[in-house]
Amino acid sequence: MDQAAAKSISMGANGLEALISVLEADGYDVWGARERDGALVLGPIASIDDLPRGRIEQAEGGSVRLVEGPRDAFFDHTLPMQSAKRLVYPAEERLFVTGEDLLIEETPVETRPIAVIGVRPCDLAAMETLTTVFESGPFRDTRFRQRREALLLIAVNCMRPASTCFCASMNTGPRAEAGFDLALDELLEDGRHLFVVSAGSARGQEILDRLDGEAASKEDLQAARDGSRACAEAQTRRMAEGAEQLLKRSYDHPHWAEVAERCLSCTNCTMVCPTCFCGTVEDRSSLDGSEAERWRRWDSCFTLDFSYLHGGSVRKETASRYRQWITHKLAHWHDQFGSSGCVGCGRCIGWCPVGIDLTAEVAALAANDSSSGQQGEERR
Amino acid sequence: MNAIGQLDRSPLQIDSGMLPRPFVVRSRREEMSDCVTLELAALDGEPLAFEAGQFTMLYVHGVGEVAISISGDPAVSDSLIHTIRAVGAVSQALCGLSEGDRVGVRGPLGNSWPLERAVGKHLMIVAGGLGLAPVRPIIYWALANRDRLKSIDIVYGTRAPDQILFAPQLLGLSTTDGLRVGMTVDLADQDWRGQVGVVTDLIPSMLREPAETVAMVCGPEIMMRFTGQALAAAGVPAEEIFLSMERNMKCGIGWCGHCQLGPHLICRDGPVFPYPAVRDLMSVWEL
Repeated sequence: MDQAAAKSISMGANGLEALISVLEADGYDVWGARERDGALVLGPIASIDDLPRGRIEQAEGGSVRLVEGPRDAFFDHTLPMQSAKRLVYPAEERLFVTGEDLLIEETPVETRPIAVIGVRPCDLAAMETLTTVFESGPFRDTRFRQRREALLLIAVNCMRPASTCFCASMNTGPRAEAGFDLALDELLEDGRHLFVVSAGSARGQEILDRLDGEAASKEDLQAARDGSRACAEAQTRRMAEGAEQLLKRSYDHPHWAEVAERCLSCTNCTMVCPTCFCGTVEDRSSLDGSEAERWRRWDSCFTLDFSYLHGGSVRKETASRYRQWITHKLAHWHDQFGSSGCVGCGRCIGWCPVGIDLTAEVAALAANDSSSGQQGEERR
Repeated sequence: MNAIGQLDRSPLQIDSGMLPRPFVVRSRREEMSDCVTLELAALDGEPLAFEAGQFTMLYVHGVGEVAISISGDPAVSDSLIHTIRAVGAVSQALCGLSEGDRVGVRGPLGNSWPLERAVGKHLMIVAGGLGLAPVRPIIYWALANRDRLKSIDIVYGTRAPDQILFAPQLLGLSTTDGLRVGMTVDLADQDWRGQVGVVTDLIPSMLREPAETVAMVCGPEIMMRFTGQALAAAGVPAEEIFLSMERNMKCGIGWCGHCQLGPHLICRDGPVFPYPAVRDLMSVWEL
């Protein structure tokens, strides 16, 4: 704690522009959440003017709208539609090119140093989760690693939740304890507008040392922690405890059929999820067929094709596909990767066109939990 | 075995898993009308050592990649043998290859049959249809290790008499008291003098000392589900029954998420699983 405190400084709100200048001077492209078509997207920002200052999301199941917030803060909004996942695991990328001789020419990973400003604690947790997926198995994804190394993560601790947030119940936020290079707390009260800046890595410390500020006061550090606590308490959604075991005994729950009546299997939830990692590969060949490119791209367990095996798809029904997604995310992820696959960001709730809310679906399963005798029974 | 009943495997930590190595088709043998065995040799001459039960991802230029079990003898590493049925775009393209054509290979991938568990015991190999291909490496091993096994029993079920995979090899085995082959078909023709019915029908009569038996099973999932039940019901300890599972695979190395079966990533945690790890999962609809 004292160690962390020693690394923290306070700087005025104009220090944010100075931070961007330092990052640019170091060769980073600076990315952040910016407004587009009434929503937030992750993209390059040229200055603090590109930040959605004063704006907040009005998020609900099936709806995310950016509206005017109550105060002039830079970071009262929460999450852009996409997380930084796409910067470490692009939606599509070419793996190699080859002629018919199959002498494979690997496509190198082209990275530029990118500093992402405003990464929320849930998304930091998601980055850790992805790291485990791509690096803990028998094979390590070196493409992921190269892109991850090129990223500088500047976290912003949340002071205000969106209504879809439930990180507090997933223990991933709203305050980041690790996984960042720099973390910012935005304090805006009594006419003062300042940032508490803390370093979480050597790279972060090096940048922090070049910022104009003073050692953060005890009061400011306390105000930052209080802000996080208030944000946690203000969260209205939460994931029920025991979701892992509940889902593992709910394979045959009648609720799946009910969800399937609403679910469009559109894949939106998986596309905005910061941890969904499923992918596929496809070949693209030249017109004369002499040269082939192999591409890797995101895939979704909501498509019929996803589970295709000779003779047909394993998961033909939307009910089994929704069950697969949520059971993987909240239950089997623990078996496969040692943690939950959900970080509580709530994107899948807001960006679901019909407003399916995984916290509500888990609650509905729990409400009708027959606890035993579910497994091993043939449903059809 | 670990906490969720998977077989242990050592971490390999190989860096780039998505790039195939070029191989050349050394020979091609038509097994049945829609089924071909390809013998591949590495273009660079570096043999691909594998263990019985492992698979590779085979790549056909411009078409794609598919997971195929290695069906050759693990003691012979300078040729890589796969038996492929033409059921999709890639497997059709593989079956259509000729001698001298190139194939990309990634692997060997996945875990292997726990052969040493059978030492000192009766080994029962149960295969259905093309499931004989992934267990053929066990048969090669078992024949080479006969004196270490109490007995070897091969139980094979297939659709019809003209659908017997590796028929010359299988029918050519010189059976003895210590080596028996039981065979059954779903649909007999006029010349068939053998059993008709499902493979599980043969199991009770072919088991010797169930408690002293290790069983290795591969075939369609429905066949493995009932074979597991039949073996366990006859007294083979559940943890001595092993199944090779199958799901769609796009990467084969744990990154693509396609091959999930409940808690398991089949490519990473399998394809060979002890029966208790998959028993209940096989009866869940559309898992």
